[in-house]
Amino acid sequence: MNHDSYHPDYILNILKTVKTVALVGASSNSVRPSYFVMQYLLGKGYDVIPVNPGLAGQRLLGQTVYASLKDVPKPIDMVDIFRNSEAAGPIADEALALAPKPKVIWMQLSVRNDEAAAKAEAAGVEVVMNRCPKMEYGKLSGEWAWVGGNSGVISSRKQTMHESGKVQSLGLGPKTY
Amino acid sequence: MADRTPGFDTLALHAGAAPDPATGARITPIYQTTAYVFQDVKHAADLFALRAFGNIYTRIMNPTQSVLEAKVAALEGGTAALAVATGHAAQLLTFHTMMQPGDEFVAVRQLYGGSINQFAHSFKSFGWHVVWADADDVSTIEKALSPKTKAIFVESVANPGGRITDIGAVAKIAKAAGVPLIVDNTLATPYLCKPIEHGANIVLHSLTKFMGGHGNSMGGVIVDAGNFDWSKSGRYPLLSEPNGSYHGIKLHETFGSIAFAIACRVLGLRDLGPSIAPMNAFLILTGMETLGLRMQRHCDNALKVAQWLKKHPNVSWVTYAGLADDKHHALHKKYCPKGAGAVFTFGLKGGYEAGVKAVSSVKMLSHLANVGDTRSLIIHPASTTHSQLTADQLKLAGATPDVVRLSIGIEDVEDIIADIDQAIS
Repeated sequence: MNHDSYHPDYILNILKTVKTVALVGASSNSVRPSYFVMQYLLGKGYDVIPVNPGLAGQRLLGQTVYASLKDVPKPIDMVDIFRNSEAAGPIADEALALAPKPKVIWMQLSVRNDEAAAKAEAAGVEVVMNRCPKMEYGKLSGEWAWVGGNSGVISSRKQTMHESGKVQSLGLGPKTY
Repeated sequence: MADRTPGFDTLALHAGAAPDPATGARITPIYQTTAYVFQDVKHAADLFALRAFGNIYTRIMNPTQSVLEAKVAALEGGTAALAVATGHAAQLLTFHTMMQPGDEFVAVRQLYGGSINQFAHSFKSFGWHVVWADADDVSTIEKALSPKTKAIFVESVANPGGRITDIGAVAKIAKAAGVPLIVDNTLATPYLCKPIEHGANIVLHSLTKFMGGHGNSMGGVIVDAGNFDWSKSGRYPLLSEPNGSYHGIKLHETFGSIAFAIACRVLGLRDLGPSIAPMNAFLILTGMETLGLRMQRHCDNALKVAQWLKKHPNVSWVTYAGLADDKHHALHKKYCPKGAGAVFTFGLKGGYEAGVKAVSSVKMLSHLANVGDTRSLIIHPASTTHSQLTADQLKLAGATPDVVRLSIGIEDVEDIIADIDQAIS
């Protein structure tokens, strides 16, 4: 996998197939990017489980916070890492030690750990690095253009309203999980 | 399509413009509305706090405008764009986002006369000080830098002289100084030149000119290249520091590579208010679909007119980078090889009076203060666009009394030549 440039279909397939997302480095501070992303993904129908040892046991955006990935009491489809590149290594190791393993390990914008990525891919886990799932969802759904963003995607297919029926919410089409 | 990078004309038609999700309309609708309903109170709060994508009020964003922004960003190779009322508004919001009272920026003198006025006079009242340099000698840009410098500003193809700027050389100076390079790409358009590929950090346009191209709508745009670190030096606090009007959010940290475009929207456009009309955004979008076709024809015609003028007995000189012996020919080959633009100047041996006679005698060319129309335009800068400037400023701007400026249209070139011929003979 070329981690400098992802094919839009690779990202689309991930965002359409994962349901449960463990967000490592969740924050209760409403101006932090991790808070924005968690809230956005919840709004798009993902089951987001916040992970942060400092907030363990508390509720964040209506969800119970866990101290670590191994404490999460259900299978995780995707681990989204909101920590620095160095810290991403041990977190990826923890993710790979889960049973069942997650389908995807995703590292946020500016987070990249090629060693961890190689290990995960060798174990059959898909990896995305230095990207934000909120931004990528926005690019693929068309919402990115609402902030004047260049999505890099052109299409003659009608954009899809999100299945929640909410106003001002675009979706990615039928889920494939 | 994702397996290949779409070409320029494909992007001009399709970028940002998927069929409307609500109605299936293939052409981008004109969303002639001032405001947008919220899902609920929480959604409204999230939109106001920048936690969600979405529309609030047309002063800040509009779905027709969004398509225009996404299209220009794609054509320029930027990460995001913000469309505004005019090119002047684009400049105002760009500088508003990076300047504090007492700050300086370096601009070259070879600029559109309206920009010279805005920088030298109106910006002064905000405490923003322009320091002038010479586009033809980039070492003067380096010398004009000071610890107060916040940006460097150039035009890719300069108005009115048809000069071409060595963008790569200026970008190196900007990078070494740790300040962004702002390039006004109005006269080149991304069809001829993509300043971001040469190191520009912000690209501006008056969309009123070739981008819209039909002389019917005002518009401007700010393109964020996403390649400048706004937090590193701590000298751009609107981007790097917690913002009091958004609960302490740090715009660069939150929006990363689109932070500058977002900051211009949620601070400058929100508070200063020069928004583009949805109808104008629609008309400019329609014009942009044929940008590549039009620009090539504009440039091909302009070269033929320049070559013809060069041999005319009443013409003392022609400044057009497309001419093989022009001072800027090498830069034209490097930065905009498909054409040297369609706006250039020539000198009449009869001086000021001959210039006035020429603009008074044309029958098909239009005598007006604009460039980049499908129609051919003519103006005598010394008596109009540049008439507020002093004699020294006129000389530096390349607008001496004998100068006539042309903006060559896409008519049959023989008809353009015939009209100019009868007006200057």
